[in-house]
Order: sequence, then C-alpha cells, then structure tokens
Amino acid sequence: MSKRNLLIEIGLEEMPARFIDDSINQLASKLESWLSNQKIAFNEVQSFATPRRLAVLVTDVAERQEDIHEEAKGPAKKIALGQDGAWSKAAQGFTRGQGMTVDDIYFKEINGVEYAHVKKFIEGQETAVLLPELKGLITGLTFPKNMRWANEELRYIRPIKWIVAMFGKEVIPFSITGVAASNHSKGHRFLGSELEISSPENYQDELLDQFVIVDTEKRKQAILSQIENIEDDNGWVIPVDEDLLDEVKNLVEYPTALYGKFEEEFLEIPEEVLITSMKEHQRYFPVKSKDGHLLPYFVTVRNGDHQNLEKVARGNEKVLRARLADAAFFYKEDQKLSIDHALAKLKNVVYHEEIGTVAEKTIRVQRLANLISERLGLNAETATAINRTAEISKFDLVSQMVYEFPELQGIMGEKYALQKGESSIVAKAINEHYMPRNAEDSTPESDTGAVVSIAEKLDTICSFFAIGVVPSGSQDPYALRRQATGIVQTLINKQWSLSLELLIGLSLDLVDESGILKRTNKEVYEDLAHFFGLRIKHLLQEHGIRYDLIDAIIGSGLRNIPGLLENAHILQVKKEELGFKESIEALSRVLNIAKKAEVRGDINPELFENDQEQQLYQEFLEAAKQAEEGISGSALYELLTSLRPTITEYFDHTMVMAENQDLRQNRLNQMSALATLILKFAKVNDINVK
Amino acid sequence: MNIQNMILTLQKHWSEQGCILMQAYDVEKGAGTMSPYTFLRAIGPEPWNVAYVEPSRRPADGRYGENPNRLYQHHQFQVIMKPSPDNIQELYLDSLRALGIDPLEHDIRFVEDNWENPSLGCAGLGWEVWLDGMEITQFTYFQQVGGLECKPVSVEITYGIERLASYIQDKENVFELEWTDGFTVRDIFGQPEFEHSKYTFETSDPEMLFNLFNIYEKEAHRQMEEGLVHPAYDYVLKCSHVFNILDARGAISVTERTGYIGRCRNLARKVAKTFYEEREKLGFPILARKEQNEHE
Repeated sequence: MSKRNLLIEIGLEEMPARFIDDSINQLASKLESWLSNQKIAFNEVQSFATPRRLAVLVTDVAERQEDIHEEAKGPAKKIALGQDGAWSKAAQGFTRGQGMTVDDIYFKEINGVEYAHVKKFIEGQETAVLLPELKGLITGLTFPKNMRWANEELRYIRPIKWIVAMFGKEVIPFSITGVAASNHSKGHRFLGSELEISSPENYQDELLDQFVIVDTEKRKQAILSQIENIEDDNGWVIPVDEDLLDEVKNLVEYPTALYGKFEEEFLEIPEEVLITSMKEHQRYFPVKSKDGHLLPYFVTVRNGDHQNLEKVARGNEKVLRARLADAAFFYKEDQKLSIDHALAKLKNVVYHEEIGTVAEKTIRVQRLANLISERLGLNAETATAINRTAEISKFDLVSQMVYEFPELQGIMGEKYALQKGESSIVAKAINEHYMPRNAEDSTPESDTGAVVSIAEKLDTICSFFAIGVVPSGSQDPYALRRQATGIVQTLINKQWSLSLELLIGLSLDLVDESGILKRTNKEVYEDLAHFFGLRIKHLLQEHGIRYDLIDAIIGSGLRNIPGLLENAHILQVKKEELGFKESIEALSRVLNIAKKAEVRGDINPELFENDQEQQLYQEFLEAAKQAEEGISGSALYELLTSLRPTITEYFDHTMVMAENQDLRQNRLNQMSALATLILKFAKVNDINVK
Repeated sequence: MNIQNMILTLQKHWSEQGCILMQAYDVEKGAGTMSPYTFLRAIGPEPWNVAYVEPSRRPADGRYGENPNRLYQHHQFQVIMKPSPDNIQELYLDSLRALGIDPLEHDIRFVEDNWENPSLGCAGLGWEVWLDGMEITQFTYFQQVGGLECKPVSVEITYGIERLASYIQDKENVFELEWTDGFTVRDIFGQPEFEHSKYTFETSDPEMLFNLFNIYEKEAHRQMEEGLVHPAYDYVLKCSHVFNILDARGAISVTERTGYIGRCRNLARKVAKTFYEEREKLGFPILARKEQNEHE
C-alpha cells in the first residue's frame, strides 16, 4: 500500500516556555492514538516545538484505513426463527442494526446454544478523507492556562496565527478561528520570512533555512556547546542548571549564547543574591572561576544570530547593573534592621488568616522545639542554640532582600544573623530549618537545625489540619505532604528514636491552646496520625518492603521512626528464612487472643495451672527485662522468635478462655503483657504467611 | 531621541492604526489601566481603540529622587485595542522600529507574564517584552475586567516611557533623561519626586488619610446608587490612591491590607457592572454605529 508523510504545525503567538514541552508531548500522543484508533498505519511520530509553534511529523502514513472484519452476535436461534421457520422480528432488527439483511445470518454455537451471527466487513476509508478530523484534535489540546482573544470563543494557550496541515504535498482542508490550514509557515520572527513547505519530510531543513531550529533537543545541544565554547575561550566554569536550560531553550527559536560583565564591586553582595538575580529575573547563567568563585560575568542566550552581539551584551549589562544596584540597596538597608525590630514587625505579618501571625507561629515553634530538645536529652549548649534559633528563625522575612527574593528566606537569615552577632550554630540552623526545601534537598545537618526544622514543619502541618486544610488527591497547596516526608527523613537521618505519635500530640496541644482548632483535638489527631502513617507507608514502599510487612510495621504504631524502618528491613530479609512462618504464627496467636482481653491487670503466678504457663512467664520476664534495657531491631526479633517453642507448648496445654473467670483473666493478662512486647517490634498478625 | 519625540512618535504610530489619541485622565492613579479609558471601556461589546500617556503614581516606589531607577511618578504610554487585532504583535514591533529600535540589532522577546490587579478585579494573559533583557512593555490580553468576562477581548500595550528612554538615550540614571532639548527629567520632576517621597513616608497624616478613604468610599457608593458611573469611579480611584499612600507609609497591617483591597475591589466590580448596564440601556451606541456603517 502506498504511504505519505503527514505534517501538522500550529503557529502561535509566543507560548509560555514552561508549558511547551508538555504541550508538544500531548499533541504527539493524541495524534498517535488518533491514528491507532482510526486503524491508519504509520511508522513514527516526530515532534518539534519552539515558542511560536507546535509541530508533528508522522512518517509513512497509510493511504487507507485497514479494512475491518468483524463478527456480530445476535439473538438465539429459537428466537431468531419463528415456529413457521420464518425470520422473527428480533432477527430482522438485529441485522438492520448491523446494516445487513437476514440473508447474511448464519448460526454458531456458544455454550451449547445456537445464536444468529453475521460477518461484517467494513471497508477502510481513505486517510485523506478522515484527516480533516484533526481539527478537533488540535482544538482539543488542553493547557494549564488558557486565554481568549479578539471575538473568538476558543480558549487556547495563545492566539493561533497559522496552521500547516499536509498529507504528502496535499493540504488538509480545515480551519480554526478563521485560520485556514495551508502549506505556509513562518520563519524566525526577525531573521526569517514566510515560506512554503514543499513536503512534510523537508520541514526541519526548510525552517532551518529561515533561522528556526524546530527540534527542541537540537536547540538545547546548540546552547550547551555554545556555552562550552565560552568556557573554553575564557577559562571559566559555567554550571548549567538543567531547569534553566530547559526554559531557555524554549524562549528562543535560534539560540546564540553570549556573555557580558558587571562591576566587580557587586561581588560584595552575597553570592546567592547575585545568582538568584541573574537566574530568576534575567534567565542568565552565572559564571565561576575554575576554583569555584563567582566571577563578575554572566551568559545569556539571544534569540537570533551573531549580528550586533556586542550591542545585545551592552544592553543586558545595563539591565543587570540596575538589578544589582537594587539588590545592593536592599542589602545596605537591611544592615540597619536589628533582629529585635524585625521580630516586632513579625507581629504584623499574617501567616494565614485563620492561623494567625508569624510571631504567634514562632512562639509555638519555639516551645515545641524546646520540648523536643528535652526529650532528646541534648546538651545545654545545643538546647540554648535551639531556643534562640526557633525564636529568631523568621526574622529575615521582613528584610527587604527576602521581600524582593522570597526564595532566599533562611539563606539571608543565616548571613544577617552572623552579621548581627548570633553564633554560627544558630545562624546555620536558621538556614537549615527550611530543609529539605524540595524533594531533592537534603535534611538539616546540625542537631539544632534538625530540631527546629521538625518543630516548624510539625506546627505547620498541625495548624493547617486544625483549620481543616487537609491534603487530598492532587490538592496540597501548602505542600504538607512534602513537609511530613521532611520530618520523617530528618528523624531517620538523625537516627532519633522519638515517637512521632508523641510529637504530633505535643504540637497539636500547642496549636489547640492558640484556639484555632475547628474540630475536636481527638478528631484532628486521628487525621494527623493517618496522614503520617501514609507518608511512612510511602517511604517503606520506596524501600521495597512487601505490602503486608508495611501494614504490620505501621500497625504497631508510629513510634520510633528509624526503628520502624530497621524492623521493616529485618522482616523483609527474615521472611525468606526457614521457620519464619512458624514463628510469626505463634506470635500472631498471642496478638489475636490478646485482643479479647478487655482490661489488663497484673499476672498472678499463683493462678498458674501448668508448667507451660510458668515457663512462658519466666521467659517473658526475662524478655521484658531485656526490652526495658532497650534492646531493639534484630536482637528484639531474635528474642521474640526464640519464644516460639514455649508459646507453642503453652497453647498445646493451656486453654486461655477458661471457664473460671479468675483463671481466664489471669491468662489474658499474660497474653496482653506478651502482646505489648511483640508490638514493640511489629503487628505480626498482619503478616501474610500463607 | 528625547522623551517628547518618543511620545510624538508613538502617538503618530498608533493614530495611524486608528486609535483615538487622548490626554491623561485627571485623577491620580497607579497605572494606565486604571484610567476609565481603559478600565471602563474594556467592558462590553463596543469597539474601542485608544492611545494616551498616563502619569502613574506609585507612592511605595518614591526614593526622594535619589535612586537612579525608581520613581514616585513615572509615565506609561497606553494603547488599548478592542477587539484585539490579528496583527497586534507586528503593529507593536513596527512601533519599536519607528522609535529607531531595529529588531535585528537587538534581542527582542515575548516572555510570559500574566497580569492581575486584584483590587480592580482584573486579570489578563500575555507577555512582558524584553529588549536585550530589559522589560520595556507589558502586553496583555484582558480576560476579565471589574470581575466581568471580556467579550470581545481587548489587548493592552503599556510602554514604560522612562525605561524605554533610558535604553534609547543610553542613560544609567532616569533623572538624566532628556525630556526635550535642554530639559531633563530632573529639571521637571526632581523637586516633586523629593517632596512626594517626603510626604508619603514622613509628613502625611495617616489618620486624615483613613478618614478620606472612608469618605471617598461612601461617596462612590452614593453616586453609584444614582447610576452616575463616572463620578463614582473617580472616587474609587481616589480610594485606591489613598490606600497606596497608607500602604507605602506602613500604616496598614497585613491583615487590614486584604480588607482594604477587598473594599476597593467591591467598588470596582459594582462600577464595572453598572457601566455595562448603562451602556446597554443606551443600546451600545459605538457598536450599533459600527454595524450600521458596515451595512452601508
């Protein structure tokens, strides 16, 4: 069968760079599934995009749809045929519905019953006839932000300026918002001109002649190699931020990298400020020396060729100079701000309308941080540093620099705190208390930073849960999930065996005191415990722990988090070992029967009736003693599983649910005590050993 | 090219595109968008093409005339075209060429920038136009004005006159820009910049300003009840300006801030809705005339 190449290009006013990659992937995958659904054979879908166009080239598209042979099942034979042997109404209706006649019917047996069938044959249509349907595909693209223009009803990423739609050399006829599809495209806005695409396969080359590199990957590579040239020519190191590069490649159709310089005196401004100013505001790449110092240069990528590069560089220098002069001004102004004055200002900064001011939040965080510090038994020096860090953790929020560059919160806090005479521990911890800032970021290194970070995040989560802002589905506007994961990660990295349940309780009580709870403390607590449980479940999944082991681990309570993780790994390994099943079954029996105990009391050895009871009691006492001394992990696991023979013996000779009330209660007491010990490791009866 | 000639050039260019050339509106405002020639006229189905220079007051940006890049009052050249023409980007680039900016010698880009003015219930999508990295123009397709969906959509082009001039004249300091032969921005605006900054940050009376806000707000509501959109809107603008001074003065806490913005927005929405209704009562005369002309 003969084939042709298919080209679609949607010409648009400049699209937002951040939406281009997703938009072109969407167009390509929608076109691919349209072709598949239409049973139109093709070889490959290639996609191209620039700020002004989304384009797809499909190679070797079949001229016709595939023919369809299909068998349709109708009524049973006894219904299809009347008693007189004539076709019934049901049979006629069936064939009519299939676009056939009763003459086409044949019978086929299914599960012993004969049914009427017809064989349908649908002849494939010509592809060229179907292609105008692509109009719907194009208007059906969805974008994160849509707009209308002029008098048009269509909501789209940006106004549509031209459409190229070609099947081979033939134009596919349709139009959208008054723009008729054709074989006319447009080149670079300034360097190129309008052009006629001779044939789909020439698309890339013909646009390159008009100064448009339509392949996003090629543009990216071009920028990279131009940057490398600049590095080599000047002996610089230009660290290329991947996100920035991805954005820049989608800001230009024909990239040319160039560099400019700024006054050396601006290097007195903290490096982070300079880098943020260059990257965020201007999309420049900062330049470093080989030994890693920031140099007074920058690299920018122009949407054009090499003409007048000098002029473009001078212009960009002028802009950056003004920006840096601003930053220098803010930096100078901030020197006048005292920490006390900044803290006073925080009383007027609303954190969230229903939660209160930043100052109020800070007081809660400080109290919580101190409580955590006590529980951890940290030394006096660290405890003092934690108290101070929490107290002033947010002071930089009212600085001019953070007002201008919000992403520098904490970073400026560290710098300014040092300048204002705070200890280096406190200064560093102010910065660290925001960590991890994103999924890739690490957790705080110092104990001080870690404690304040945990306290701050816990308070945020508890406060939002208190006012009913609970993440659900894709809705998590305050990134509470990420913060919860941050807390869990920090506890693990620090190997702090704090009970998360306890931490949640402490934090929630402080929030409760501030009077913002919209529901009862208990309801909010349960939501929080469930929420953190899910975070830990997710973490254990990432560690490759089997699902039932995860349930068993979380089921025993959110206490010591590093311990949870360790226990999960022990089970994950042990489950393959001989005797695992038997051990877990024995321990599970204890848990299952202990559930029946309503009240727990002391065990009275005088009520024991057999040696096995006595034996289990002795071993329990020894185990409890060891547990008291703090054994955990593998040692605890070995200790518990070593009880297996005794437990089995016990059940073989003892009827826990005895007739006699006192005997029964005493035995349940023993089971409960043992269960408590087992649950220190895991809720083993959730483990699937079948 | 001095600023005066820039303005003349832009006026000539947009006049040739069929824009009505207007003078600045005579009530204080923070941006050209707030002029009734934009805010009100972007509402409803009537065509509207207009260009004007708007002196815009930003009390918080006052720097006593000492900062080379910041001004209490700067100038915007504002163009509104409704419905937005198909070739609006080309018309805009032609205006740059008229100003002597050859796109081949520079790096000109349309960088996403969505615009929102919550206190006026306005939102739009578009770009900031970069000239060698410098933002020289806001380019916006209005989607919503005064809380009303725009239909048809207007396009708004706002040139920052001083920004553009500092590029064209290659000056580092805005006060050294030539307004016309022998007159710099400092000659004309130096003293007012200092005095308005001192007023905003030091000598203004917050209590009086709070009172004024309340009085203006009340009057706006009262005029609205009379169906008098334009007097009412003048008082909305006055509210907004007073709010800006108070905000710059640091007299409004963050909590209160939301409240004041909300009050401005409610007024603006009411004005927008009433303006639409009043034009509707008149039978949208500009649209009716245009349709009649097209018939003949």
